Amino acid sequence: MKILVTFAEVAAVADNFEIEDGAVDERYLEYDLNEWDEYALEEAVSLREEGVADEVVTVTIGPERSEDTIRMALAKGADRAVRIWDESLADGPLEDVTTRAALIAPVVEEEDPTLVLSGVQAADDGYGATGVALARVLESQWAAVVNDLTLDLPNNTARVRRELEGGIEELTQINLPAVLTIQSGINNPRYASLRGLQQAQTQEIDLRTPGDLDIEPESLKPGLTRGKLAEPEPKGDTEYVEGEPDDQAEAIAGLLVEHGVVEE
Amino acid sequence: MSDVLAVVEHRRGELRPVSFELLTAGRDLAAAMDGELHVAVIGGPVDRYVDRLNRAGVDVIHTVDNGAEFNHDVYVQTVDALCQTLEPGVLLTPHTVNALDYVPAVAIDREMALVTDVLELSVEDDTLLATREFYESKVTASMAVEDTPRAVTIRPGEWPAAEGIAETEVRFFEFEPDDESIKSHVEGYEEAGSSEVDVTAADFLIGVGRGIGEVENLALIEDLAEAGDATIAASRPLVDKGWFETGRQVGQSGKTVSPDVYLAIGISGAVQHVAGIKGADTIVAINTDPHAPIFDIADQAIVGDLFEIVPALTEQVHTQ
Ligand SMILES: Cc1cc2nc3c(=O)[nH]c(=O)nc-3n(C[C@H](O)[C@H](O)[C@H](O)COP(=O)(O)OP(=O)(O)OC[C@H]3O[C@@H](n4cnc5c(N)ncnc54)[C@H](O)[C@@H]3O)c2cc1C
Ligand SMILES: Nc1ncnc2c1ncn2[C@@H]1O[C@H](COP(=O)(O)O)[C@@H](O)[C@H]1O
Repeated sequence: MKILVTFAEVAAVADNFEIEDGAVDERYLEYDLNEWDEYALEEAVSLREEGVADEVVTVTIGPERSEDTIRMALAKGADRAVRIWDESLADGPLEDVTTRAALIAPVVEEEDPTLVLSGVQAADDGYGATGVALARVLESQWAAVVNDLTLDLPNNTARVRRELEGGIEELTQINLPAVLTIQSGINNPRYASLRGLQQAQTQEIDLRTPGDLDIEPESLKPGLTRGKLAEPEPKGDTEYVEGEPDDQAEAIAGLLVEHGVVEE
Repeated sequence: MSDVLAVVEHRRGELRPVSFELLTAGRDLAAAMDGELHVAVIGGPVDRYVDRLNRAGVDVIHTVDNGAEFNHDVYVQTVDALCQTLEPGVLLTPHTVNALDYVPAVAIDREMALVTDVLELSVEDDTLLATREFYESKVTASMAVEDTPRAVTIRPGEWPAAEGIAETEVRFFEFEPDDESIKSHVEGYEEAGSSEVDVTAADFLIGVGRGIGEVENLALIEDLAEAGDATIAASRPLVDKGWFETGRQVGQSGKTVSPDVYLAIGISGAVQHVAGIKGADTIVAINTDPHAPIFDIADQAIVGDLFEIVPALTEQVHTQ
């Protein structure tokens, strides 16, 4: 059985970032692998180590830069990696998760995995929607926000535990093949070993263009476009406590006394 | 002119509070689009729900008597059928775990543009604009959503709950999903792990987050908690790492707390964390990142290094 992991590279803004002309300049962006996808990858790799799965393949839509991130997945135990890209994807189309699903779907069809593991959300855009959209394009089953997984391969089913709000969890049985969006905490993602990192450096990453995947440029037209970026407006009247750490500590201590939670 | 179809959410015999916020968002959006607000409630005790959804601004309530609880196959098909009948310009739902489990599928089936976790909606020159956040809530952007059918999920807590009783038309929407296509079965529910310590009962609650770095550093927080007779709670990553029991997690999937003082140390203030601390009287936050979203809701903000401030604070509290 094969498992495919959708593995996104995400951007975070540096502490000192600034918005210029409605955009964040590249020099303030720090790229990393997506936290939720690390859990998805770990789940896949440990299923292979248990002998349940025999191959783990990652797929990433991303520019050449993302190869560093993809190599992290290889170092942590993915067997192969596919990267989807051409310049037509650089500006806009990926904003729409339905476009991402359309791009990933042909790779899934080619690879024909029993399970696709995706993250609950990408840390930078937080749409939380790519995995379930992909499942529907593939006409397979799915489950969102999964924090426990038990496979029953002979019966072609999986039992999942979906984490709802407020500490309530839903136990659901779904048919396979399926796409699951994996929640953090489902396992303990491993660190990459030095040897793994070295090996990953020379591993081939399979590059596919939308053309290779028979995707019409027309179907990459996004349904939404991102406008100018701005800093969010503070919701309350936040008071900033200035000064040296000792002054700040003194101010908080005073406040705790004032609010009656620390006795004078 | 186009209509809005708002699908409310319920669980275990109760409409979830965000459903009433959805009515407000739906009413405002329908007005901006010169259309009607249609509300659908799928499954559960629908007749009882109707009495509560009967709020000013709701034009029609559609009830679908189908199952007690959420099942994504039933929801996808039912909402699809509702969209076929009503042809709404916008399908509106709350941004919840269950919405994540069916709305993207409906968007694919119906070729809708999809925009999730929206904080603000407006219509300008016939274009739907949806404000949402990027980069861990450090920036916002207004998304222009194409003029096709659209699916929009709204963030809980951003719109006021709808009030005011009305005389709304109720229509029974008869729809039986095709049995063949039900490929998932909800078998039950569980409560996530408990804890010996009840973080919801604390007057002085210290929330510790990933800024603490290593597990050894928790000693700093324990010293402070001991000096100030405080209870320690945690953000999700520390619970995920197994440093704290599940019962200490504050936020959307953990506990909702309402202490007199919540002292957030090394917590960024992700929306799912903040969902659990809105009931705190006073929020004090210590964070090195001046853009950390926790500062947007904090009453007192300390931009600084916890490794300098916490030991100094512990000493101060000792000498009080
Ligand atoms: C469906 C779903 C449900 C979720 N439910 C929850 C939930 O119930 N509760 C929850 O907490 N999260 C929840 N999350 C996770 C949430 O999205 C965030 O990932 C999480 O809250 C981040 O935790 P954090 O603030 O501790 O870590 P980070 O976001 O990594 O923030 C660490 C902060 O520490 C600061 N820092 C670093 N060093 C220092 C220093 N020396 N001194 C001071 N500050 C420092 C940094 O500037 C940063 O702001 C959920 C996510 C999803 C998708
Ligand atoms: N560019 C991408 N390449 C590969 N996978 C992605 C990409 N973007 C999103 N995903 C996957 O979809 C999940 C949810 O992303 P999102 O819907 O953007 O919140 C992520 O955790 C990834 O698993």
